Amino acid sequence: MSFDGTAVIAGYAEHAAQRPFTGTPRFGLEQWSELAALALEDAGIEWSQVDGLACSGDIQESKHFMPAAIAEYCGWSVNFAERTDLGGASSVGMVWRAALAIEAGLCDVVVCAITGRPLPEPPEPPTSIDDRFFFGASSNSWGSPQAEFDIPYGNVGQNCGFALYARRYHELYGWDERARAKLAADQRISALANPAAIFHDTPTSIDEILASRMISDPLRMLEIVMPVSGGGAVVVTRADRARRHRPVAITGFGEHLTHKTPTYAPDLTVTPVAAAAAKAFALSGRTPGEMDMAQIYDCYTITTLLSIEDSGFCAKGQGMAFVNDHDLSYRGDFPVNTHGGQLGFGQPGSAGGMTQVVEAVRQIQGRAGERQLANHDLAYVTGTGGVMSEQSALVLEGRG
Amino acid sequence: MRSGIDTSELTPPRPRPTPTTRPYWDALREHRLVVQRCGACSAWVHYPRSRCTSCGRAELQFEPVDAGGLIHSFTVARQPTAVHFRDSVPQVIAVIELSIGVHLTTTLLTDDPSTVTVGAAVEPVFVDGDDGITMLHHRLAEPPA
Repeated sequence: MSFDGTAVIAGYAEHAAQRPFTGTPRFGLEQWSELAALALEDAGIEWSQVDGLACSGDIQESKHFMPAAIAEYCGWSVNFAERTDLGGASSVGMVWRAALAIEAGLCDVVVCAITGRPLPEPPEPPTSIDDRFFFGASSNSWGSPQAEFDIPYGNVGQNCGFALYARRYHELYGWDERARAKLAADQRISALANPAAIFHDTPTSIDEILASRMISDPLRMLEIVMPVSGGGAVVVTRADRARRHRPVAITGFGEHLTHKTPTYAPDLTVTPVAAAAAKAFALSGRTPGEMDMAQIYDCYTITTLLSIEDSGFCAKGQGMAFVNDHDLSYRGDFPVNTHGGQLGFGQPGSAGGMTQVVEAVRQIQGRAGERQLANHDLAYVTGTGGVMSEQSALVLEGRG
Repeated sequence: MRSGIDTSELTPPRPRPTPTTRPYWDALREHRLVVQRCGACSAWVHYPRSRCTSCGRAELQFEPVDAGGLIHSFTVARQPTAVHFRDSVPQVIAVIELSIGVHLTTTLLTDDPSTVTVGAAVEPVFVDGDDGITMLHHRLAEPPA
């Protein structure tokens, strides 16, 4: 099977990062429908033409049967409804699911959106505390393997899991921590050129990053994303419906999952994106070297470092040298995360992964302003969920 | 942290065995480690499950194994990974590789996290709880005399 670009991204919407949020809190359904309206307007497609939707797990006031709740709220009759439960990989995951549905002829216009702004305070205090409040992506429910074999040992959440990856990697391939810091510093240069980024006015340096507080050895504060409010959406449709902006064809994609907790990963140094990227490049008929940009999920510096290697931009173990040898900013010879990455933009919860998708579309459509790349036809995009648990990859190509 | 939620009484969560995992915890109570092995394909499986991760058959049997191993990776949590562990930092959270190849999560009991290295040998420390659960922790093994 090959994908010639029947399915394209026609438009997008993005809320600027904020911390703290200064607007009026709205419910998840209200936020989701607002993002949908903005993205449809951007794409030049009528609300009534929507016949597909993809959401994540972010509508807190209606946690179950979420696609039906959204369809009803928006007044849509949809032939494709997807709730993608892949954490930070959800945005990439929903885009390729939408593309497949369009390629298969199920539907013509799919809105993919993830919200990330605070909700209104309830009139009465909550009667119980959701486990997610304490344990994040780790499940402490009875019968959950994590509840029995990991959480009691403190192996909870993301910081410690990504640190386990980082230490094993450096033990095998060398302790160049400046390379990790350079990755974040280069992305910050791009954030300085993005008015929507939380660190738009805050330069940093390799030395400052290395001097920041150790959180979970060897990962430091400035290698970890800052939570912000935000949200994003894209409209996936047939190429002939994309008339307002340059169509962005979805020509390759892949996804790979093997574990939830790093302890049980088949290999702590070869991440799931390796298989996802191989599939994405094979489907598109493209190679890593052809890409004009890489928008690579960056919850931590180590995530991006490992993803650069495992996606095939350099050999295993050469990622640190690769980062040192290239300028990763929008001005550089290997642009990575030209919006600043989530390290520079901020992470609006599970909508963080949408920032990478939106930036790839923005660049390919030539709408990136000060940070616009000269060459902007081909983009590689990844998403990462859990603790390097679930990873997805896209190859996007500008048409016309 | 959201206001109005009192976290001061929270302590580290304790394992709650299930019918499938009960033999694992019963063995730890006797200061022994058991790991499942598939009767059909001989693969080792950890954590305890109802089916083999290699062949999918439901023929797993618990077998005694050496509870020591080698450090595969570790981190020193300087900030508690959850509020329940606020009295545990710095906490050395590690992945141990047993001689049978199985990986498991542990915490290393040490007064000096700077002495911990990847590849170091560790020995078991069985910590009996008042709740009937014995947790398997580890410490750096004494070098051979």
